[in-house]
Amino acid sequence: MTSFRRLSQGGRIDRGRPLNFTFNGGKRQGFAGDTLASALLAANDIVVGRSFKYHRPRGVMGAGLEEPNALFTTGKGGTEEPNAIGPALELRDGLAARSQNAWPSPRFDLMAVNSLASPLFASGFYYKTFIGPFQKSWMFYEPFIRRAAGLGKTSYAADDVRHETRNAFCDVLVVGAGPAGLAAALAAARSGVSVVLAEQDFELGGQLLSGADAALEAWRAETVAALQAAENVRLLPRAVVQGIYDGNHAIISVGGTALESLRARSIIYAAGAVERPLVFENNDRPGVMLASALRSLANRFALVPSQRAVLLTNNDSAYEAAFDLAAHGVAVTVADLRREISGALMSRAAGQGIVVFPESGIAEVIAKPDVRAVKLSGRHAVTIECDVLGMSGGWSPLVHLTAHGGIKPRYDEAIAAFVPGAFASGHFAAGACNGVFGSRAAIASGDAAARAALGHLGRAKLPAAATLPEGEDLAYAITPVWNATQGSKGKAFVDFQNDVTAKDVAQAHDEGYSNIEHLKRYTTLGMGTDQGKTSNINALAIMAGLRGVGIGDVGTTTFRPPFTPLTVGAIAGRSVGHHFRPTRRSPLHDWHQKNGATFIEAGLWKRAWYYDWAGKTPQEAYVKEMELVRHNVGLSDVSTLGKIDVQGRDAGEFLNRVYVNGFAKLPVGKARYGVMLNDDGLVLDDGTTSRISETQYYLTTTTAQAGEVMSWLEFLAQCHWPELDVHLASLTDEWGGMSLAGPKAREALALALPGVDLSNEGLPYMGVKDITFEGVPVRLLRLSFSGELGYEIHCPANYTEALWEHLLKAAAPLGIKPYGLESLASLRIEKGHVAGLELDHRNSLDDLGLGKMASATKPFVGDVLRQREDMMAPERWSLVGLELLEAGKTLRGGSILFAANDEIKGHGRGYITSVTWSVELQRFIALGLYQGGLKHEGEEIICAFPLKNEQVKARIVSPMFIDSKGTRLHA
Amino acid sequence: MRIPCPHCGERDVNEFRYGGDATKQRPAHGDKDFQTWNAYVFEFDNPKGPHEEFWQHTLGCRQWFRLKRNTATNQILGGGQ
Ligand SMILES: [Zn+2]
Repeated sequence: MTSFRRLSQGGRIDRGRPLNFTFNGGKRQGFAGDTLASALLAANDIVVGRSFKYHRPRGVMGAGLEEPNALFTTGKGGTEEPNAIGPALELRDGLAARSQNAWPSPRFDLMAVNSLASPLFASGFYYKTFIGPFQKSWMFYEPFIRRAAGLGKTSYAADDVRHETRNAFCDVLVVGAGPAGLAAALAAARSGVSVVLAEQDFELGGQLLSGADAALEAWRAETVAALQAAENVRLLPRAVVQGIYDGNHAIISVGGTALESLRARSIIYAAGAVERPLVFENNDRPGVMLASALRSLANRFALVPSQRAVLLTNNDSAYEAAFDLAAHGVAVTVADLRREISGALMSRAAGQGIVVFPESGIAEVIAKPDVRAVKLSGRHAVTIECDVLGMSGGWSPLVHLTAHGGIKPRYDEAIAAFVPGAFASGHFAAGACNGVFGSRAAIASGDAAARAALGHLGRAKLPAAATLPEGEDLAYAITPVWNATQGSKGKAFVDFQNDVTAKDVAQAHDEGYSNIEHLKRYTTLGMGTDQGKTSNINALAIMAGLRGVGIGDVGTTTFRPPFTPLTVGAIAGRSVGHHFRPTRRSPLHDWHQKNGATFIEAGLWKRAWYYDWAGKTPQEAYVKEMELVRHNVGLSDVSTLGKIDVQGRDAGEFLNRVYVNGFAKLPVGKARYGVMLNDDGLVLDDGTTSRISETQYYLTTTTAQAGEVMSWLEFLAQCHWPELDVHLASLTDEWGGMSLAGPKAREALALALPGVDLSNEGLPYMGVKDITFEGVPVRLLRLSFSGELGYEIHCPANYTEALWEHLLKAAAPLGIKPYGLESLASLRIEKGHVAGLELDHRNSLDDLGLGKMASATKPFVGDVLRQREDMMAPERWSLVGLELLEAGKTLRGGSILFAANDEIKGHGRGYITSVTWSVELQRFIALGLYQGGLKHEGEEIICAFPLKNEQVKARIVSPMFIDSKGTRLHA
Repeated sequence: MRIPCPHCGERDVNEFRYGGDATKQRPAHGDKDFQTWNAYVFEFDNPKGPHEEFWQHTLGCRQWFRLKRNTATNQILGGGQ
């Protein structure tokens, strides 16, 4: 029966600091220095979860991040997190951990019935259910599979954890703080460059922490102390380098809550290696563990199997575990799959009372559900009662990060493992991750890698080679046995997390999925949270055997970030809630807030949508606000308009080139409506631009296109027309603006700005006037978006609120009130002005009824390609006005337009872009695009809104619904 | 990726805006040839490897410049001008 005992001394746990935690609600106690896995094993919680497909009972298998089985959900509600890796999770006081995939408990799991239904989960099950005659069966299987499968569950509660993102730089990044990484960091640090040492564990030392060599431990302690004392070294424990990107850019998750974006001038990979399991029947039973995990438990966590351990191996490294377990009084038997075993190992084993059976495999794992005994195969077919079965299939260097840049790993026959294939410039590797096994060898290689990195950084004086700790490394010899099955009953797992067996790999091969990338997708091998850290090499070696080719020829699947599971919260960092994207506020924002505005988001802007003086709902309010402007006078915030100051001797010529209509001859003191095209001839934007002086223009853009237009104008001015003397400066944030509109607008402005000549002579329609009011520069533009007599009043942002308040106060006797975005946009629909909804970068000038604006006498951007055949087609969708013909019904934006006799199907002949209630016409009106446009004026058409299954009749009319002669503008 | 702005020096790519192929010559303003404009606006090679592109330091000095970049590796091959 699998059980462990805590040693009374030794290890790296602090027996003076007990930590209380819970497992599936039950109280447990461990010590500081424990992982969740070691603490659970100390409490003899052997079955800790169930497997993904078959719900087989599973225990802890590994000693670190490679663990495929022992995954837990921690926390609750806002701190709940699935798939915590037990052997990598530092134990903390109050930790609440739960098993996954098990209901009601891991020992007794009702879903284990899956084992009986196992044909359901053979390779390619998903493929087969989706393809051909099996298609319908998915409907049948889906609910069953959905309930049964899935690795952990996430909470629906908002994340309570505060995540941070940070940026950093260094000269040398060392990935991993095992012997190679520590040595590399030390050598780099001593030369004075800035070093970051990132280590996933909460202690520094890597494999050294799991060893029992006094000389190495002394070296480790000394090195860590030196690094801690060095000011040019940043030590990052609990930090996983998740990905390496272009330009030596590392993404590191630190402590699970911070994400560091680190730019290193050089990178040294010292990520180590993970031990591979062996593939034999029932190799997944609780109590079957990696030999290295047993060694780590013994030396680091003072935890050994109660009485007896059997080890199965194809290489020398398992003997280190055997020696260390025997040293703590555990009875150890080694079943070695090899014929040749070094004499040194045999005699040392004999000296420690360890029985070694060469050429032996495991015929049977007797488990219930945890290991009770194993029956050996081969010449020594004995049955041995034991607590645990340790296995070692050799070591796989963690080449993941070295491969993130697209460099494929290379197979090294000597160590039966993949090693980094090559390195990008400035990248180096050391230790086990580069195929250099043995702690002293790793130290030497880390030291050498640091010197290579310093050379890359241009350091002239390199430090001398480091002195190695006394003693000798155990030699590493391996005779790979990829498939150690003995033909007995039971499943032989290759991928423990995804429940993929050796038989599944063979089936995939038989069915033609023998490419390693196909194998992965067909069987799900190598997917999941561990991404095949323990399974990939075994799988592709078995596949190579089936195909009769070399392992190197089969190759690995692609390694992609992240290296370990990363929470979405860590990626999002602080960019959540209203920090998700920046918020832009008008200089009048605070005033709106204090004065009853409801806001609406328009791009990044928060805009005043409507005011509570006009109503409680937008539907009620916007109509009231429209009436205010049509019959009296209103004031609206237009600060979000793009505002660009254009100056220079060639400013007029520049604008002449970018607008379809002429601007060079615009008189000083006058404004003009302009439209600009993209190079492809489609409409980019519109706005009003005025001439302030011979060499200065004031250009406005729509709110939505402000950034785009600015960049485009800069592109033309800087890259293509450097001969023009023109300078551009954005004033969008520096200046605020307001729109004063309504029949009483002039009266209102006169009350606010006494002494300014506002007569038709002093400030005619489309006139511009710069004045100074109480020392503040104010720009008056007589123009109208609403179709009423109107003024735009612009001034520096710091004074906008004061000017706004002054206007409202001065014109209060007239009944002036603020109006919001909804009514502003509705008033322009009545007037037939196109805006963002119509300017969608798909329309030509003619489509929008603006064709007449195009100059015939000067070239302008887009003038050639706007004459493409398709853009001149007579039946293009172009701008129309629509009047609703059915009382009591409504028009809806986005409705699809059909001719009266059309079948209501498909994309129709156009669509509605903008809708409003017309206070003037007392009915719903709309702007839209319709095939053939105003050629169909007067026709009755159908507006279909399939989402609500509505169809209403409307008439095509001129889009200029009111005051088509413009008498109000000129009043 | 970090991009060397000719004015501000090396900065994160997030501060920049991509502006397309810089190997093509924009037709002269007033050029009426349809094919010339069509080729300039619509025909691109999409090379894998060294390429010259326009970038703008939008969240910095607003300078537009030409940059040589390996499109396969994002290695910067030549700074802005
Ligand atoms: Zn710059």
